[in-house]
Amino acid sequence: MENPTTSKVVLLACGSFNPITNMHLRMFELARDHLEDTGQYSVIKGIISPVGDAYKKKGLIEASHRVEMARLATESSEWITVDSWESQQSDWVETSKVIRHHYEELLAREHNRDDVDTIKYTKKRRIEENYIASSVHHRKRDGPQLMLLCGADVLESFGIPNLWKQEDIAEIVGRYGLVCVTRSGGDPHKFINQSDDLWKYRKNIHVVHEWVTNDISATHVRRALRRGRSVRYLLPESVVRYVQEHSLYSAESEQKNADVVLAPFQKYSDASTSG
Amino acid sequence: MASCRVPLVLLACGSFNPITNQHMRLFELARDHMHSTGRFEVVGGIVSPVSDGYGKQGLVPAKHRISMAKLALQSSNWVTVDEWESQQPDWTETVVTMRYHHGRILKEYEQSAGRHSDASEKFASPSSPFPQLKLLCGADFLSSFKIPGLWLDDHVEELVQRFGLVCVSRGSLQPERAVHESDTLFRHRRNVFLVREWVRNETSATEIRRALRRDQSVKYLIPDSVIEYIHQHELYTEDSERRNEGTALRPLIKQAHQPIKSLDD
Repeated sequence: MENPTTSKVVLLACGSFNPITNMHLRMFELARDHLEDTGQYSVIKGIISPVGDAYKKKGLIEASHRVEMARLATESSEWITVDSWESQQSDWVETSKVIRHHYEELLAREHNRDDVDTIKYTKKRRIEENYIASSVHHRKRDGPQLMLLCGADVLESFGIPNLWKQEDIAEIVGRYGLVCVTRSGGDPHKFINQSDDLWKYRKNIHVVHEWVTNDISATHVRRALRRGRSVRYLLPESVVRYVQEHSLYSAESEQKNADVVLAPFQKYSDASTSG
Repeated sequence: MASCRVPLVLLACGSFNPITNQHMRLFELARDHMHSTGRFEVVGGIVSPVSDGYGKQGLVPAKHRISMAKLALQSSNWVTVDEWESQQPDWTETVVTMRYHHGRILKEYEQSAGRHSDASEKFASPSSPFPQLKLLCGADFLSSFKIPGLWLDDHVEELVQRFGLVCVSRGSLQPERAVHESDTLFRHRRNVFLVREWVRNETSATEIRRALRRDQSVKYLIPDSVIEYIHQHELYTEDSERRNEGTALRPLIKQAHQPIKSLDD
């Protein structure tokens, strides 16, 4: 039963998922527990959106494999799903665009689910427009919210020159919201404090502290695989099997894109940026 | 062609209250490490949950801990759960458990040596060296040797000299330091294998129990089948955590009258 006083939230995680690990999956669980614990939210869905091959990150293997592994990993989940839209685009897609795409889909579904009630729909749109117009405070909204779920490393990557556009950051935290799960060694509050943009929208940034350090990084997993070491219990069993069956992650695969510039750097460094 | 690698079985003793992915990782890491020394072939792993007589706070009945371990290890083709220790009437010293399993393994070896045509035997060739049993543990276990009254000196000596230890580092705990600070361990350091775990994974059963009490998710930290079992049997509540509250650990009582020398000799 839906609690009428809570906002519905969908969590969206973008990333390489190269490969997906138990740590990625834990992030969703921790975020959901945290948001629902506030009493203000009801998390209805989680979406894993693996990045497209055009991202050109070193060691990034084919999207088809990464999407399939994520699907296997979430088979046992009742609320986390995988979406391949982003991975199917021929060019790299900015995170803000991915968020926009999924938010529009979410609204469309909500609209279809409502009884044909144009008045209610119009009211929702007006509220939404008002929300966008007012920049500072977080406000409970009638419609469902889409929040970007990430680790502290992504939050801190906002500071890397040419990796993000400032207006995209503003849109992500201002209009949508961020749920940031701290990884060991980071201090998200300090980072938020040091950035005027983030500070302005701090009410939309939910920092979740991992009570148990769980540093299973995909980099480490790939390294272990290259060296013929076991990765059981770091990834879901079905993903371990898939990796073995397809002989993924070798010294060779790690060299992919080694001398290629990462897509965002390529895009934002170009004189003409279409955005 | 007989391999000159020593067949090795790894034994992990502990509460397993409950078993976690991290416990199972220990076996995987240890196996990889021992194989990479070139001297061993790991042929089996044993999880031996402690008996209820241990008296540790929050310990749920052995029958549950055994069932959960069995569920967790269903998908493993080399690690199994053994109930012998949990079935003993009193708490059993680790070294006694090791002697029991080592005896069992040797017997199996002798029997299979007599039937060397059976390809499925662990100890396939009659000329392969005698199998060894080593204790698998985390770095925190090694540090426990220092706790007064918890271990008998003679037992620690037998543990490292006769059997051997495979110790996986955990968090910031440095097992090298524990070896350095104990003359017994230092003397037998060649039989103490230190495995480095680079992934910091502080999943502990204590944290799992805490999360369960607070209705927080533990998915992806312990197998789904174990989570289901816990919910079905309503294990791990505030009540269960208070079990044995105020009771001293059995080893401290049992070994209290024994002469205890400091390990820092």
